[in-house]
Amino acid sequence: MRLAFILSEIGSGLRRNLSMVVSVILVTFVSLTFVGAAGMLQMQINQMKGYWYDKVQVAIFLCSDGSTAPGCASGPVTPEQQQGLNALLESPAVAQYINDFQFESRDEAYKHFKDQFSNSPIVDSVTPDQLPASFRINMKDPEKYQIISETFSSQPGVETVIDQRQLLERLFSVMNGASLVAVGIAGVMIVCAILLIATTIRLSAFSRRRETGIMRLVGASKTVIQLPFILEGVIAAVIGAALASGTLWAVAQFFLGDYMSRQYPDTAFISSGQTLILAPALLILGGSLAGISSLLTLRRYLRV
Amino acid sequence: MIRFENVTKVYDQKARPALDSVNLEIDRGEFAFLVGASGSGKSTFLRLVLKEDRATSGAVYVAGQNVARISSWRVPRLRRGIGVVFQDFRLLPQKNVFANVAFAMQVIGKSRSVIRDTVPEVLKTVGLEGKEHRMPHELSGGEQQRVAIARAVVNRPGILLADEPTGNLDPTTSMGIMGVLDKINQNGTTVVMATHDDDIVNEMRKRVVELKNGVVIRDEAKALYTSMIPVVGQSRRLKDASGRETPDDGLPGNGAEGEARQ
Repeated sequence: MRLAFILSEIGSGLRRNLSMVVSVILVTFVSLTFVGAAGMLQMQINQMKGYWYDKVQVAIFLCSDGSTAPGCASGPVTPEQQQGLNALLESPAVAQYINDFQFESRDEAYKHFKDQFSNSPIVDSVTPDQLPASFRINMKDPEKYQIISETFSSQPGVETVIDQRQLLERLFSVMNGASLVAVGIAGVMIVCAILLIATTIRLSAFSRRRETGIMRLVGASKTVIQLPFILEGVIAAVIGAALASGTLWAVAQFFLGDYMSRQYPDTAFISSGQTLILAPALLILGGSLAGISSLLTLRRYLRV
Repeated sequence: MIRFENVTKVYDQKARPALDSVNLEIDRGEFAFLVGASGSGKSTFLRLVLKEDRATSGAVYVAGQNVARISSWRVPRLRRGIGVVFQDFRLLPQKNVFANVAFAMQVIGKSRSVIRDTVPEVLKTVGLEGKEHRMPHELSGGEQQRVAIARAVVNRPGILLADEPTGNLDPTTSMGIMGVLDKINQNGTTVVMATHDDDIVNEMRKRVVELKNGVVIRDEAKALYTSMIPVVGQSRRLKDASGRETPDDGLPGNGAEGEARQ
């Protein structure tokens, strides 16, 4: 009975305040979309980093079947060449610059590639023998990349030496900047959302002060009096959060998945499924924002 | 049922207290009128019983409980034991008679079947049978006040507080309302009614507590609106409280009544 009563109170509150409720939905929708966009950018950065990015700075790719680099004129790397490179990496002249290094075989390379490009159609057309084996080097000082490059580029069996950071660092800094901007806008919008929810709840409490006054006099509990108002705000905010989650999913599905991945097939994009991880966070964030701001408002404007 | 022990209520430190060391006891099942001019402390008295305000000093006991000791989350339980009726009825305009009365039961979680059984019974007590589906604006003032009374007593409170329930009604209608309150009182509910209506008080011949400037100046059983007996030993106090000489012969036309009729 009490539940049915609270639900009917919520319904009448939402109907009476429809335009305010719609604006709460829209403001939470926009603000949480920005929050989610920042989250998506970070997920995208992680996706592009792949397996090695955070662990090593320099990669020495070894010759494989199809290599055309001058160092690979004698065909794929031989076990002897590989051992020679290994010994060179361990020699004091080189070892003083590096913390450690790892060898990535073709099979391992294939495994890491599959993980990174799991959302891309390219993954089906690649086989292990198309991917080169490599030494992955963790530098003591990443600035000393040149030394490694000069030492190894001319070694037999080495296709190329790559400074991964140089390749991606600039892109990542742009993306990090963009996610900071998104977080900043989201912050302002969230303040808007909180104030708007507070105003809405205040209006709602004011327009129903007769009812709440009577409820108080006949001994309705605080919960029964306040819950309809709080849930009104929470429901509106949760609808906004659901819209935001849907928008992020649609961006990942149709923009990144269908358009961008066709334009840039060699880039690993996040899947629309991954954005759904953000949905519960956005729902909880929206709901709790609304709950807390309406609770604080009611404490001031609804005597119990 | 209601006991005030040395209760003082100060709203504003600079002004005189709204209630000044009031000692009063109203027993279970009693019917008491609270009379006095506007600003004499009647409403403050009722507010303190409801724990809408805290007494500045002294103790208020309702049903044996010191209300100052009731934690805020148990105040609703205190209020369930007290029905309240106002001068302005305070009905919900978009709900019909039945729904207005049922509202008081819904919000404390009574089941639908209990509501269906109880509401018509209470409406019969207040003389509104057959008008369940009328809207408040379709009712006369007296009928609206009967709905308000029904709502106040539908949860069977031990105490009914009425703050000038006949203030907006004509004398005949007022007597009808008094009949309803009397009936409720005879069913065992303690009734405390604040009023300016001298005709009603004189007609009912119940206990009368007169307040003036926050002080109880008269407390008589089966009394009239103005005292017919000289207030012995109170004349000094009257003089102090009002700041001017008050005739203490108690005849009609003395200070209290004069202010009440302003």
